[in-house]
Amino acid sequence: MGAIIWGTSGKHVTSAQNRTILICSGKGGVGKTTLTANLGIALAKQGARTAVLDADFGLRNLDLLLGLENRIVYTAQEVLSGSCRLEQALVKHKQEPNLSLLPAGNPRMLEWLTPDDMKKIAGLLAEQFDYVLIDCPAGIEDGFKNAAAACREAIVVTTPEVSAVRDADRVIGLLQTREIEPIQLVLNRVRPRMMANQEMLSVSDVTDILALPLLGLVLEDDQVIISTNRGEPLTLNGSRSPAGQAYTNVARRLRGEEVPLADPTKEGRGLRAKLGRLMHTKIF
Amino acid sequence: MTLRDFIDKLLGRQPASAGMARERLQLVLAHDRSDLNPELLEQMRREILEVVSRYVEIDLEEGDVSLETEDRVTALVANLPIKRARPNPPPPGADPTMATV
Ligand SMILES: Nc1ncnc2c1ncn2[C@@H]1O[C@H](COP(=O)(O)OP(=O)(O)OP(=O)(O)O)[C@@H](O)[C@H]1O
Ligand SMILES: [Mg+2]
Repeated sequence: MGAIIWGTSGKHVTSAQNRTILICSGKGGVGKTTLTANLGIALAKQGARTAVLDADFGLRNLDLLLGLENRIVYTAQEVLSGSCRLEQALVKHKQEPNLSLLPAGNPRMLEWLTPDDMKKIAGLLAEQFDYVLIDCPAGIEDGFKNAAAACREAIVVTTPEVSAVRDADRVIGLLQTREIEPIQLVLNRVRPRMMANQEMLSVSDVTDILALPLLGLVLEDDQVIISTNRGEPLTLNGSRSPAGQAYTNVARRLRGEEVPLADPTKEGRGLRAKLGRLMHTKIF
Repeated sequence: MTLRDFIDKLLGRQPASAGMARERLQLVLAHDRSDLNPELLEQMRREILEVVSRYVEIDLEEGDVSLETEDRVTALVANLPIKRARPNPPPPGADPTMATV
């Protein structure tokens, strides 16, 4: 009788350096899906085999942001039930074949999906991809818990607003008790003018309060909405818009490259910027 | 205080809102992180003052027990100015509940 060769202790054999990363925020609408789409494309363009998994089964949108909504045949649901293979469900991006989407299933999946199901899907993806990005639903209920169970590291997205920062803090606490490491921060929808006028929490306010390393700063940028309308993430065609560059830089930092982060309020050299800085100076 | 805050004060203008956002966040997060609601904190504050005042006379007006948070670590900070030591503190081993405040 021939020997039966098992994988390493029955676990999934993961791609050598697979990184499975949760993209979460607590508060809704702060830019998780936009980051997932842009980061996914940017990593793929930089040569990494990347999968994005839509874990927002209730309100799926990742397909739309990537322009892949018309190419979905099967979803994570059919993969889990065994009615199709992973390869059949994955939607490969035409222009950027290093990127594949695993679409979210029917919203009714929420009723039976367990953390183990998510672990199973993520494990299958980890065998084939260098990066697996999981687009988490808002909130801290089952959808979040399922998605978090499948990840080893996380990116928390927030905006410089009190409610978003407070919710991010809750999520960070939950991730830390699950020993998810590292947890890095992306600060989205930054408005330099408001920050310079001290009418918006500053970058250091947010990083001090949340005590997380800053992976990226994304400015408020009309191009984000325009690219969403088209279903073409900004990183796809190397957009020079501020948000496009920011997303590309997030990808580079994630891959270990040193890319300096500029303070948005200290960018300008004009009189206005100088005045803004002077007003910021602590006098007592 | 920043120069901007100072000028605002001088002109009687509303101060810039970022400072308020920061202060309000720090306070609310200290509570969120410790899972203590204001009511529990107030009860704890009263009991701490009660215990301490068995040993020393403290200035109850100035006394302050609050939560402060830095680097995701929340600390209970008590600032209790001591007026003088009590002439007859409870003897060691005495039933603490017997002491009068
Ligand atoms: N940097 C930005 N500049 C301008 N608009 C932005 C920016 N980031 C996100 N948006 C817009 O904010 C809205 C919410 O973004 P997105 O769907 O990515 O958030 P989300 O966190 O995934 O939301 P949900 O919690 O509902 O899943 C979208 O309309 C998007 O175009
Ligand atoms: Mg979303």
